[in-house]
Amino acid sequence: MDIFRLPRKDVITLALFSIVVLTMPIWLAPLGAAYPGLMQQFAIFAIFAVGFNILFGLTGYLSFGHAAFLGVGSYTAVWSFKLLTMDAIPALIFAIIMSGVFALAIGFVSLRRSGIYFSILTLAFAQMSYNLAYSVLTPITNGETALQLTSQDPRIIDMMFRDRLAGLPSPSLLGTSLGGYGGFYLCAAILLVVFFIAQKIFTSPFGMQLRAIKSNQTRMSYTGFNTRPYTLAAFVISGMYAGLAGGLLAVTDPLAGAERMQWTASGEVVLMTILGGVGTLLGPVIGAWLIKYMENIFSAFNARILADLFSWLPDGVQDGVVLVSSKFVGEGWKLTEGLVFVLVVVFLPGGIMEGTRRIKSLFGARRANRSASKEQLSTTAAE
Amino acid sequence: MDAILAQLLNGLDKGAAYALIALGLTLVFGTLGVVNFAHGALFMLGAFCAVAFRQFITTETVTIDETQLSPWGTPLEVRTPMAEQWFGDWAPFLIDYSVPISIVLAIPFMLLVGIAMERGLIKHFYKRSHAEQILVTFGLAIVLQELVKTFFGPNPWPQPIPSDFRGAADVGAWFGMQAGAVTYPLWRLVYLLFAGVILGAVFAFLRFTTFGMVVRAGMADRETVGLLGINIDRRFTIMFGIAAVVAGLAGVMYTPLLPPNYNLGMDFLVLSFVVVVVGGMGSLPGAVAAGFLLGILQSFASMTQIKALIPGIDQIIIYFVAVVILLVRPRGLLGRRGVMEG
Amino acid sequence: MKTPENVVLHVADVHKNFGGLHALADIDLQVEEGKTHAIIGPNGAGKSTLLNVVIGRLAPTSGAVVFDGQVLTGKKPHEINQLGVSRVFQTPEIFTDLSVLQNVMTPAFAKRDGAFKVNIFRPLDDEKAVREEAEATLEDVGLIDRRAVGAGSLSRGDKRRLELAMCLIQKPRLLLLDEPTAGMSRHDTNTTIELLKKIKSRGMTKVIIEHDMHVVFSLADKISVLAGGRIIAEGLPADVRGNPRVQEAYLGGAH
Repeated sequence: MDIFRLPRKDVITLALFSIVVLTMPIWLAPLGAAYPGLMQQFAIFAIFAVGFNILFGLTGYLSFGHAAFLGVGSYTAVWSFKLLTMDAIPALIFAIIMSGVFALAIGFVSLRRSGIYFSILTLAFAQMSYNLAYSVLTPITNGETALQLTSQDPRIIDMMFRDRLAGLPSPSLLGTSLGGYGGFYLCAAILLVVFFIAQKIFTSPFGMQLRAIKSNQTRMSYTGFNTRPYTLAAFVISGMYAGLAGGLLAVTDPLAGAERMQWTASGEVVLMTILGGVGTLLGPVIGAWLIKYMENIFSAFNARILADLFSWLPDGVQDGVVLVSSKFVGEGWKLTEGLVFVLVVVFLPGGIMEGTRRIKSLFGARRANRSASKEQLSTTAAE
Repeated sequence: MDAILAQLLNGLDKGAAYALIALGLTLVFGTLGVVNFAHGALFMLGAFCAVAFRQFITTETVTIDETQLSPWGTPLEVRTPMAEQWFGDWAPFLIDYSVPISIVLAIPFMLLVGIAMERGLIKHFYKRSHAEQILVTFGLAIVLQELVKTFFGPNPWPQPIPSDFRGAADVGAWFGMQAGAVTYPLWRLVYLLFAGVILGAVFAFLRFTTFGMVVRAGMADRETVGLLGINIDRRFTIMFGIAAVVAGLAGVMYTPLLPPNYNLGMDFLVLSFVVVVVGGMGSLPGAVAAGFLLGILQSFASMTQIKALIPGIDQIIIYFVAVVILLVRPRGLLGRRGVMEG
Repeated sequence: MKTPENVVLHVADVHKNFGGLHALADIDLQVEEGKTHAIIGPNGAGKSTLLNVVIGRLAPTSGAVVFDGQVLTGKKPHEINQLGVSRVFQTPEIFTDLSVLQNVMTPAFAKRDGAFKVNIFRPLDDEKAVREEAEATLEDVGLIDRRAVGAGSLSRGDKRRLELAMCLIQKPRLLLLDEPTAGMSRHDTNTTIELLKKIKSRGMTKVIIEHDMHVVFSLADKISVLAGGRIIAEGLPADVRGNPRVQEAYLGGAH
């Protein structure tokens, strides 16, 4: 079946990736990050970044408004919990559909322009959504207090099968509770599925055509392609990825606030993508994991931990080092994040994937020199 | 009529701030060809120059006077503001006028920040894609705002209006209306005049000096000017510094109207981009006109009558205008064709 | 306007004004099926304007461009291509971020799948037919050895050949070439001319816009000479070469 076919190289990548994702609770334990709440975040933001990369990495259109779709996904999922059922499946499906509809509308308008104008249009739409969520749409979004479950929610479908219990219910999957590791494995499984879909897109003619649009849109139209629906398709797909991620955020924690739609949140997914490597499959995943891991580690640091960490330094020096470094951790994590952002763009615009490739080719070059007479390796460009 | 005039005036001071930021943004874009997402952060830095200056002069030194006793019987603690030690009798005036006086501090500081930014970072991005320029300046904006946050914390810092300018001006009376019909806070009037002076100065500088002439020529056609053997890059660096100063001063004077916090830059940046786009990328008069226009539009949109008609319009009006302009007239109101497309 | 049956492209009585400037006046061109028709003229004669009118980028002030019974004016570039018109640009327009092979495969998909298709089910590697066709085309233009390299790293002459391959794989009914040797070295010019001669026999109709008279004499079946926005001479290469008005236009006096 064509639908499940992938090139050999990608099958191996997918297999290894599955192992890495599913064994997270094991290999993250020594890093102090093996608790479900954080691992869920790893999976969810990886989905967000992989989806964002389908737009930015393949077509080159830089959207600064993708957090809006994340927010739409979250709100939709929480409403599905409130109105219909606590089951995750309808919540996620509705989240994907709603964010897809939003992406279609916003993309249809924004994609009429390219370059910086496109970025500003997406930003304008995201800010509009954010401002509206905080003001007139309060009946839907619950404004600043964030949309939450209450014990008075109708939950029509659930009520048909069982009586109202005291206290707040929690999301479930076909009757199984999604607390703790259950939630993580749901997110992980979905991550694997959407990663596979991204692989399909990257290795298909469609993916090549999106790359061609990024490379030379003029040639693309004179080659007979109508570029607008291509970019729109990429935009909607990546919007749906964002909506799915937003829905999962609500599944793991049934709460949706407007700050999820703020433009700094849009900026964060951009950072994840470029940190890992724009246009690569694994890059955005690695970027998302690194950012979330650093956020978790760095923001937990405080002056006492730092003092312990630098206790081997002479007293006077230690105080200074602790004072300076304390500005970058805890509350100051965002400062570190901004610095990482700048440094990556300046020194490693291809992200970590580009970095590892360079290191590899450094070793590769040495080996090649040794066996210079042998046939040259054929590297497939642009793959 | 009165209501319309009142709203017009209300929009003007905000419009003036937009115009000043957008002017710098356009200047940088027109000269350096760089899309600077950190420009809003410069506005914020300027605002914090005022905060820092005030903090500095009002820092108190505590000395214990053993000869006097406080009402509680302990030796009296005498608190003297830093300003008093340094400036003696001038101190009360200094503290009262801390906001306008901090301009003296803000000009060299912002110039330095601007030049350092251009030489240290932006310079390396002239030849790189707009996407990368956006990314690096976006990162820089985060760094700047988070730096300010580490020093000043997350909460807003209200700044006082100098006591002489606290009241309101009876603007209605100037136009022959009955007294008190339309009043306008004095400081807003000051801000408006201040913005007018700055805008006038920048335009005059560009129009009447050789330096400005070369810069304008460079904006029109950088390569040709470069071929004439003129070192356009150094002039552009200075223009970046000037843009930073303009944004900074706009920030300093705005502090009494809106207590600054570290986030301020982001809010204003998005709006100023919209202003630049509406005015037309690369058009200085366009940026100024659009700044005032959008400020006024926003003020009208927040009238209760209009909000009742279209709920939430005040929240989105600016973005909405931007979207419409971009789609209908992508060059903006006064922009050149094809700038930044593709 | 009546168009004779064997005429594929008919530029019918086209005028183009920019403000008060007459960029094109009274242009009437008939390009016959299977022929190579060259349009030559000194710089500023209006060649580029004419080409842009033909491919629909500029709307003529009056007159029309008819291709195979369809009016091209007002159509989008991709629609014109889907009708069977491919174009080689003056500065090669290729996909610099893709490999040479992918550059040639992309137009083949446009030909096979139309202007838009979300084609994600079958991996690129399994598209054997398209791949083989692309390789054959690269063989044709002499780039088969470079199929795996990034197209951005090709020399200018190779980029031109690649662009030509991208057009050839679509088997267009009409191929438009805009100064195919502009800015090329002597050597590259010669190889390009050889290549164009080689594909001449394939029955594809070609319009070549050219500044350099010598390039087209050996290629063209018919030459139209454009000067000052008007066609001043038309005919077989030998006739045009001897025409005093043409010599005058080239040796000065045209401006």
